Amino acid sequence: MITFIVRRLIATVFLLIIVSMVTFAIFVWLPKLGGQTTYGLATQYVGRNPTREAVLQVEQQLGLNKPLYLQYWHYLSAIVVGEHYNAGPATAYCPPPCFGYSFKSQQPVWPQMVSDIPVTLSLAIGAAVLWLISGISIGVLSALKRGSIFDRFSMGVALAGVSLPIFFTGLIALELFSYRWPIFPNVTFVPFTQNPYLWAKNLVLPWICLAFLYAALYARLTRAGMLETMSEDYIRTARAKGLQERRVIVKHGLRAALTPIITIFGMDLGLLLGGAILTEVTFSLHGLGLFTIEAVDNQDFPEIMGVVLLASFFIIIANLFVDILYAYVDPRVRH
Amino acid sequence: MADGESPAQESRAGGRPARLRARDRRGRAPEVQATDGAVGESPPSALLDLRDLRIHFPTDDGLVKAVDGLTFTLDRGRTLGIVGESGSGKSVTSLGILGLYNTGNAQMSGKIYLDGEDLVAADQARVRELRGSKMAMIFQDSLSALHPYYTIGDQITEAYLIHNKVSKKAARAHAVDLLKRVGIPQAARRLDDYPHQFSGGMRQRAMIAMALSCDPELLIADEPTTALDVTVQAQILDLISELQQEYDSAVIMITHDLGVVAELADDILVMYAGRMAEYGSSEDVFTHPGHPYTWGLLGSMPRLDRSRMDRLLSIRGTPPSLINVPAGCPFNPRCDYAARTNGRSETEVPALRPVGPGHLVACHLSTDEQRRIWAERDKVAS
Repeated sequence: MITFIVRRLIATVFLLIIVSMVTFAIFVWLPKLGGQTTYGLATQYVGRNPTREAVLQVEQQLGLNKPLYLQYWHYLSAIVVGEHYNAGPATAYCPPPCFGYSFKSQQPVWPQMVSDIPVTLSLAIGAAVLWLISGISIGVLSALKRGSIFDRFSMGVALAGVSLPIFFTGLIALELFSYRWPIFPNVTFVPFTQNPYLWAKNLVLPWICLAFLYAALYARLTRAGMLETMSEDYIRTARAKGLQERRVIVKHGLRAALTPIITIFGMDLGLLLGGAILTEVTFSLHGLGLFTIEAVDNQDFPEIMGVVLLASFFIIIANLFVDILYAYVDPRVRH
Repeated sequence: MADGESPAQESRAGGRPARLRARDRRGRAPEVQATDGAVGESPPSALLDLRDLRIHFPTDDGLVKAVDGLTFTLDRGRTLGIVGESGSGKSVTSLGILGLYNTGNAQMSGKIYLDGEDLVAADQARVRELRGSKMAMIFQDSLSALHPYYTIGDQITEAYLIHNKVSKKAARAHAVDLLKRVGIPQAARRLDDYPHQFSGGMRQRAMIAMALSCDPELLIADEPTTALDVTVQAQILDLISELQQEYDSAVIMITHDLGVVAELADDILVMYAGRMAEYGSSEDVFTHPGHPYTWGLLGSMPRLDRSRMDRLLSIRGTPPSLINVPAGCPFNPRCDYAARTNGRSETEVPALRPVGPGHLVACHLSTDEQRRIWAERDKVAS
């Protein structure tokens, strides 16, 4: 088991290096191929009406005039050990993990991203808990009462849930529960550490809207999984032992039906941790999603690169976690 | 449906020639009887007493008559082999006895008396109590019949813990004993292995241990050796018959392999299209079978005393759909001798009738004709 984890961790590092290479190539190398000059790149840091001196100084300071492989090396090493920018009279130290400086704010990228992580984390995890509980229980009930009114109704709702985009359900929820009947009047982020009650209360609407989308999918997946496992031979064996039906369903059926769900859950959660873009935009929550949108809007390459790396990190970690969990759940993977 | 089973079934209380019981290892009195149509009459004396059992499944295409009027009895210490092709209703019968069709949309009628208690009429909770304790089942493909996520030990103790109020520790000790009993070496260590870590034969042994965990009086083995190679097959069959003698349980051995029943069964029930085609002691059925379907089954079995140049005879055609069972004798479209019945086989369902003591055949051919044809076939074969 330990060698399995270690092996996966090493693979994770390699994967992240490859992702960083690809993002670096896209955002630094490709513009160069497209005719972007070093001078032009440096200009973006200086702001409006740049003087030639200022631009050249930035170019020097950030090492933009160095060969690409050196720039890439500096980019990587900055993430690990930080970077001193001390060419010329001005010096600056960017502590690790240093993802460079934002074009727009001229501040290091990392602290800005970090301040947005709690928002996305709260949003994603809260919604995940909601959608797992509701999706799985609805899926199980639908499978057991296959063809019943409950089954048809919940699968219909699920279809709607999968099809309706969050900017639709979100806006309707806001209109109804924030304006017309102000049960959740303001959706602003309050850190959990500051006031857990307000934290939860203000996030209820985004949680529900986000969870609705995923719960629908999970209900359908659980239903399909349950229908399949409940017709397995080992379920018949469990019944033949004289087990109570409830235990047959939960202990023998659900356990097996949940394994594929774990895989998909890892992916979904990892993806969301990199920023629930639509939800954050709809509810104006400043998490990694909004951060990404703003970075793209401003063509702020260092920020985009930073957030891409962070998001891939989350996905890879979530998958690592899933693999470990999977080995724990399914003994056939372990041995 | 009006099946024309004659009510004039003999009920043999005794007077059966002892030689027919040559295979009775214990020399018991011949208690197994096949009666017919006697629903709700004489009180059941045997451990298992099926009377006119019908299990039908309504489907979108029509009513599937998986079991259509099955009557037999089985006593403790005896083995009944149920033989037939896929889809003849053997497995449905066994799952029906266990009460696994009581819920859902299956329609069950008739009686299943287990030790005097009618399982068809009994309530769910009661049947569940009996399931796994008084009657247990060994399934065919042990890899898919055991849960892949739980250890062998978990699965055996689970069965024991449901029906007995004992500590987990005691259940575990019991499981070790059971595994030892079914011949699994290093039982205590293997208890924590998962099914996929066992070989096929060992897994089947573990499954037998699981079925035996509450000392069932009725053990149903549904093709217990199909997934195993021949040497392991023999070991498993030996184990089952050994355990049967030890526990004095009644065993139903469901199989399509006549070799298996020849080895183990005291009596044989040949099923076709959900009905009984032939029933008798295994000596009777093997030495002078009366039903053309049984002849077909026997002819398709390789025999050591037959010339190697001969081809195995297959039964032509395929088993009938259980939705549209052929009118008359269900076997008539595949029967080589249907023409000799003056068309009766296409219009009239043959009644089960005795062709010898304790030997029933559902066929329009007269007993003499059956004997003659079989003698010919047997001569040609050897």
